[in-house]
Amino acid sequence: MAHAYALPSPNEPDDRRGFISEAEEQDVRTRLEQSWEEGSGLYAWLTSTSHKSIAKRYIVTALVFFALGGIEAAVMRVQLSRPENHFVGPDLYNQIFTVHGSTMMFLFAVPVMEAIGLYMVPIMIGTRNVAFPRLNALGYWMYLIGGVLLYVAFFSNTGPDAGWFAYVPLAGPAYSPGKRIDIWAQMITFTEIAGLIGAVEIITTVFKQRAPGMSLNRIPLFVWSEVIMSFMIIFALPAIVIASGALAADRLVDTHFFNPAEGGDALLWQHLFWFFGHPEVYIILIPALGMISSIVTTFTRRSIFGYPAMVLSLISTAFLGFSLWVHHMFATPLPQLGQSLFTAASAAIAIPTGIQIFCWMATIWSGRPRYTTAFMFVIGFVLLFVLGGLSGVMISSIPYDLQVHDTFFVVAHFHYVLIGGAVFPLWGAFYYWFPKMTGRLLSERAGKWNFWLFFAGVNLTFFPMHFLGLMGMPRRVYTYLPEMGWGNLNLVSSIGAVVIVASAIVFVGNVVVSLRGGTPSGDNPWGASTLEWATPSPAPIYNHLFIPIVNGREPLWTNPPGELPVVTGLRTDRHEGLITSLMDAEPEHRYEFKQPTILPLILALAGGGSIIVAIFTPWGVTIGAALTLLILFCWFWPTISPDHDTPRRHPREMP
Amino acid sequence: MTRGNPERVAAATLLVALVLLGCKREQRRFSDMSRPTASDNGIIMSELQPGPAVIHSAVQNSYDDNAYAVAEGKRLFDQMNCSGCHSHGGGGIGPPLTDDDWIYGSDPQNIFATITEGRPNGMPSFRGRIPPQQIWELTAYVRALGGLQGKAIRTTRDDHMMYKESEQARNKGHPSPTFVPSK
Amino acid sequence: MTCARPRIPCESSVRHSVIALAIALSGCSGIQSALDPKGPKAAGVLHLTWFLVGTAAVVYVVVVAMLVWVLRRGSQSPVDLDPKLGTEVTEHHGGMKTWVVSATVMTTIILIGFVFVDLSTARSLSTVGGAAPLRIDVVGHQWWWEVKYPDPNDPQNDIETANEIHVPVGRAVLIKMKSGDVIHSFWAPNLDGKKDLIPGHETVTWFRADTVGVYRGQCAEFCGYEHAKMAFYVVAEPRIEFERWLAQQRAEASTPGDSLAQGGERVFLSSSCAMCHSIAGTGAGSNNGPDLTHLASRRTIAAGTLPNTAANLESWILDPQMIKPGAKMPANRIDPQSLRALVAYLQELK
Repeated sequence: MAHAYALPSPNEPDDRRGFISEAEEQDVRTRLEQSWEEGSGLYAWLTSTSHKSIAKRYIVTALVFFALGGIEAAVMRVQLSRPENHFVGPDLYNQIFTVHGSTMMFLFAVPVMEAIGLYMVPIMIGTRNVAFPRLNALGYWMYLIGGVLLYVAFFSNTGPDAGWFAYVPLAGPAYSPGKRIDIWAQMITFTEIAGLIGAVEIITTVFKQRAPGMSLNRIPLFVWSEVIMSFMIIFALPAIVIASGALAADRLVDTHFFNPAEGGDALLWQHLFWFFGHPEVYIILIPALGMISSIVTTFTRRSIFGYPAMVLSLISTAFLGFSLWVHHMFATPLPQLGQSLFTAASAAIAIPTGIQIFCWMATIWSGRPRYTTAFMFVIGFVLLFVLGGLSGVMISSIPYDLQVHDTFFVVAHFHYVLIGGAVFPLWGAFYYWFPKMTGRLLSERAGKWNFWLFFAGVNLTFFPMHFLGLMGMPRRVYTYLPEMGWGNLNLVSSIGAVVIVASAIVFVGNVVVSLRGGTPSGDNPWGASTLEWATPSPAPIYNHLFIPIVNGREPLWTNPPGELPVVTGLRTDRHEGLITSLMDAEPEHRYEFKQPTILPLILALAGGGSIIVAIFTPWGVTIGAALTLLILFCWFWPTISPDHDTPRRHPREMP
Repeated sequence: MTRGNPERVAAATLLVALVLLGCKREQRRFSDMSRPTASDNGIIMSELQPGPAVIHSAVQNSYDDNAYAVAEGKRLFDQMNCSGCHSHGGGGIGPPLTDDDWIYGSDPQNIFATITEGRPNGMPSFRGRIPPQQIWELTAYVRALGGLQGKAIRTTRDDHMMYKESEQARNKGHPSPTFVPSK
Repeated sequence: MTCARPRIPCESSVRHSVIALAIALSGCSGIQSALDPKGPKAAGVLHLTWFLVGTAAVVYVVVVAMLVWVLRRGSQSPVDLDPKLGTEVTEHHGGMKTWVVSATVMTTIILIGFVFVDLSTARSLSTVGGAAPLRIDVVGHQWWWEVKYPDPNDPQNDIETANEIHVPVGRAVLIKMKSGDVIHSFWAPNLDGKKDLIPGHETVTWFRADTVGVYRGQCAEFCGYEHAKMAFYVVAEPRIEFERWLAQQRAEASTPGDSLAQGGERVFLSSSCAMCHSIAGTGAGSNNGPDLTHLASRRTIAAGTLPNTAANLESWILDPQMIKPGAKMPANRIDPQSLRALVAYLQELK
């Protein structure tokens, strides 16, 4: 039963407060199921605009790419396990490490962080769908096409082979013959479009569709992290749009952006790429920090200490993340004074992240930790990420970096911060939110095996690499001489990779078995406090039966169970949601979500096809523009419903 | 995460597509000792034949349509100083290579023979000076200069001063071949 | 340190044993190791390294200890696990705010200290350590190093060699670097940090070797197929020996002694070798590949990949693609007798 606060409509004079009867609830439930139902079958799946369906595809696809990237890593570790190994030759090895990096960064990390946001954020803020459901679908199809493009190329021995960072002139027209790098550059186009779409969705949804009463200072920290990540995406991705566009133009139509003989500069590429590339890793990290806040709150049964400090430190991390890029370029002939500024900024960014960790520790201190698998992954995060962060502060120092830049020390550093800082919280989030997504609990016993194997494997694989770097082993080498003395540590590292593979197998097994016959979870198996746990597991397609009203940061802990205040009066015959104001989430007007349509798929195929044609001829751009215009014409064809509500000028006071 | 039937269909289609595309793969041959050294199949240098014209089979120079080989040929063209006489295809002391006039034929084995044997009036013989594999790479590049390689195969610009488009893009037509196959 | 609660990983003891194991497996000295400095720049960086590693290790231990402490304290917290009674923390421990603020302040102070030490180290290493540095020009190619010793007074004394740099001990060396194709990076960790070679830019670095010895360096910026096998050697020798080496390098190639070597010279000049390599004093003058005038004086061939022996030379010449697949040097059809003669000739080029 729920308290009800009716949306004021023009004809009704007053609020209607009271309890909603079971009959009324059932009636609303039936009508919502009817109007939101999408059907099964291939066409329904292809035309879906349900944010959960699309986000689930994103997550599954991203995990498939993660597995592929992991296989590439395993092949590299086999090749490097012994000196002068002949498991793969240099051409294939170069393709493998390029595709590994590109997969992990472009096809796994950012998409999966966005996807978890696209799944959870609407439920957590109490709305029914993301702001632009068709755009959301378009984002997924573009992402899928881009990923398939890369892998079709890779399997045809035409995979990019100049590194995921594709430095010119090696990746330029003179030194990379064939279409390998062109394919890479257009894969970037696909994934950057998908990334920008996801960012726009999240920002708009969170800014305008929050549950009434969820003012800015009551937004869950995970939602904050997704919004901040999305702003970073919007500011960072254009740099690589420009860079990959310039590279594609240099390679296809004889421009000279990176041709030093005609006024271009190889360093321009590095600046553009790393202006994107450094914020990229914070784009990956920040949502993970948000996931940790959710997990820590739930499993210590305490609200996170220092909410304003947490939000401000996320925002500072995002800002500071844009001022670090030159630390990837310390070995270039940039002026030393300028480089020193980046030393200071790179050290400074440890402070806001430190504040986050200290606040979590304070929360744990005042709460009562429960050692579920999700919480274990948070502990693993602290242990791994802090180590990676410390090695990062070390390499912010220019003289030290000049020794370990482009060696395995850096490989160790970024794997610790990325795996520890992003993948571990992600795995914790899987164990935490799996019941909400599927209605079943993952096995805690298998989860503990998963955690320990992963933790041990990561340390065994990457800790020796710190030493390898200091001992002189550069990166991106397909082999090394036996007399260098690097063989033993490399072997240890490769054995660690086997352990990581084992943990992945345990995870996949856990998921498969739990999907079939795991313990049913119920609405709120963890006793958590945020709105996504107020709805059944798995969440119905319309998320919440009635839009909830929020009067605190932990709504499920401040209201008696089953007595959440809600808003009634939204239409159930159309896909209707509630738009609220930015600062205080006061209701403003109703909003109709677009119904399922085949247009996103058509636009993705047409636009995506033209982008692929653009690999071979610039006419692809022209054709693509024309087709896109045509399809967008259909997309934006205005539809006005007869009783369309107008925005309210005087929002009602909320209790 | 439940997998519905449509998702299974989609995943299966994707997998099949990927596997199928593993079939035609790009080759980059670093060491190709098996390349023919002499022009085994008969080279024809005249369009005229007595009686009906016979289709002759060109040597399968699989370096045609190989972007890596064309790029290597371009590197060798400068390094072996072909540019000294032919400039970057425009000609000078030697005849231009970007036009449609192939004095000694445009088929791969003709070009191979030209480079290997030399020609009267100034073309040196490079037999024994350039290994056969590299001569085949040069052949592929020379054919690109003449407009006989596809657009996706050609390299575009150098990292040098370029006042015009790439030399491989100059010839937009098709040179007259040494013979016309009978119908 | 024993584990207090079995569920919490005992990070400190695991970490200590891993460090010990790793050090035992690796060894701190090495021919291409930043942990074994042979010059002032590498030594300065190593001091910085120990400072950074030491501080980082202490900070890590402290953070882990803090984590263990809060987990234990948290377990004793009197919060009821009944889901109906979750609470928002309205009253905090007074300690929590102090904890977070003081930890943040400590972090900031440590980081400011780091930056200060970093910048002063960088500054002290940037001035060239010595008067009248020896000038060397390096041009990076795919996948070998072209090394030139320009004589500012007399260009006829310029020396060109490949993949091996000789320097006098105790004298500063100023290296000006260009790239012939893509970005490379010059890195000899025993002596100095790395510096990139970027087409379109001329980059400069300096180092000084203070101990006699042979140090290995390797390209440290991915540059294509054989980036992994683009190494070079720095030979630091006493000044007298260095001058002797310079004089030897200035000379033209020695004329072949016996008939076998003379036959080898004929093979060199009449086959594809002369199309790419130069030997001063003969008709071979191409600069596509490394200069071979004093090939036999070098310790290695193929940019540090193989020791310079007759057997290795034979395998290399016959098919470089077996050793460095993708290298610009092609396989060569050459009969065994001519090959032996050729190698005999090359081995006389001291």
